[in-house]
Amino acid sequence: MSRPMNERKIRVLIAKPGLDGHDRGAKVVARALRDAGMEVIYTGIRQTPEMIAEAALQEDVDVVGLSVLSGAHMSLCPRIIEQLRAQGLGDVPVLLGGIVPEEDLARLQAIGIRAVFGPGANTQDIVSYIRQAVR
Amino acid sequence: MGNRRALARAISLVEDDQPEGPQILSDLYAHTGRAHVIGVTGSPGAGKSTLVNALARSYRAAGLTVGVIAVDPSSPFSGGALLGDRIRMRDLTGDPGVFIRSMASRGSLGGLARATFDVVQLMDAAGFDRILVETVGAGQAEVEIAEAAHTTIVVEAPGMGDEVQTFKAGLLEIADILVVNKADRSDVDRTVLALQAMQSLGSAAAAHHHLTVDERPGPGRQPDGSWLPPIVKTVAAEGRGIETVRGWAEEHARYLRETNGYARHEGQRAAASIRHILYERLPAMLLARLPEGYWERMIRDVVNRDVAPHAAVDALLRAGNWLG
Repeated sequence: MSRPMNERKIRVLIAKPGLDGHDRGAKVVARALRDAGMEVIYTGIRQTPEMIAEAALQEDVDVVGLSVLSGAHMSLCPRIIEQLRAQGLGDVPVLLGGIVPEEDLARLQAIGIRAVFGPGANTQDIVSYIRQAVR
Repeated sequence: MGNRRALARAISLVEDDQPEGPQILSDLYAHTGRAHVIGVTGSPGAGKSTLVNALARSYRAAGLTVGVIAVDPSSPFSGGALLGDRIRMRDLTGDPGVFIRSMASRGSLGGLARATFDVVQLMDAAGFDRILVETVGAGQAEVEIAEAAHTTIVVEAPGMGDEVQTFKAGLLEIADILVVNKADRSDVDRTVLALQAMQSLGSAAAAHHHLTVDERPGPGRQPDGSWLPPIVKTVAAEGRGIETVRGWAEEHARYLRETNGYARHEGQRAAASIRHILYERLPAMLLARLPEGYWERMIRDVVNRDVAPHAAVDALLRAGNWLG
């Protein structure tokens, strides 16, 4: 009959902050989330923390996914979390993907990064993580 | 434009068909009707997002605020979507006079999402002066945008198919402004000529065919009160031709005001809105009035060839007492 009522789509922002242009990982994840039925807002490379927070606000996303392969995650992530909080989005889960050394994980979690997915991470795990995080 | 967060949340509630949606739209309805709504449509890759980006910048430079709604297709298989129009709109970030929202088409086939016009209303009520609506990459039949927008811009690019494509029904018939983007390509004039040739077959031009080319009225408002779409060459990525497009959009707005076009458009729009809402609500109301098990029995009868679908619906309408 008519379309289902109250259908909530999971909306995810996938952004690449910083200056590295290696966007393959971000695209693979974006595609996997799309195939899992989510709506992915893909912003592309060279996003400033301000741009990411603004896009997250306007798009009213449930999750923010960041991809950093430049090694600059320890300087970028705190600024992004800070900008999200400034926009009133402190409760939006932020996930990080890319090359992240083991010893940074605890500090990233302390500043508010919910989860880190490194090279070789299974996209299905990311899908499951997001589904459970937004429930 | 006060609370951007509230606007973003309201859009989600409406888009997700949450119970609060209709109430929000009803509460805000009295504050709508001020924005000029400009639709941008055309083939995938013609440069719609880039044109929207450049147009929005141009409006901002003129001191006007801009809401942008960018629609991309949902996957018919997973229901998911990859919304990538922001990639080409990065110039607009950090400007509080701009609000960009990406929408997935969610199964709609007309080039927009079901809730796109509702989102236009929300942005209108939020006080944006101009609202730019970018459709999914459209082929020939995705003409819903003409219903949602006051001014429709159709974007073409050189080398997108032979000229017969432009004679086919649909997209070109809804254009108020024709933009040939990527005009730095060598074959741009062929595309412009094909569009002009197509226009010369139309009634506006036919009325003047006895005149020489120089004597014919230019595009825009015609002596008989009709509108001949201007053809504008642009290189949107470099901002070339954009002021001309904006000038024509404003000219078209003036034309609509002076010829009662706005009122006519609003009337069509109101009728379409009421019809959409009615069509959405009626089936549920009707089915709620059916006796227990009636629906299942009816399907079985149709499957068994005891009753034809039309006859089944006749009987259903009688059972629900809808024919009085």
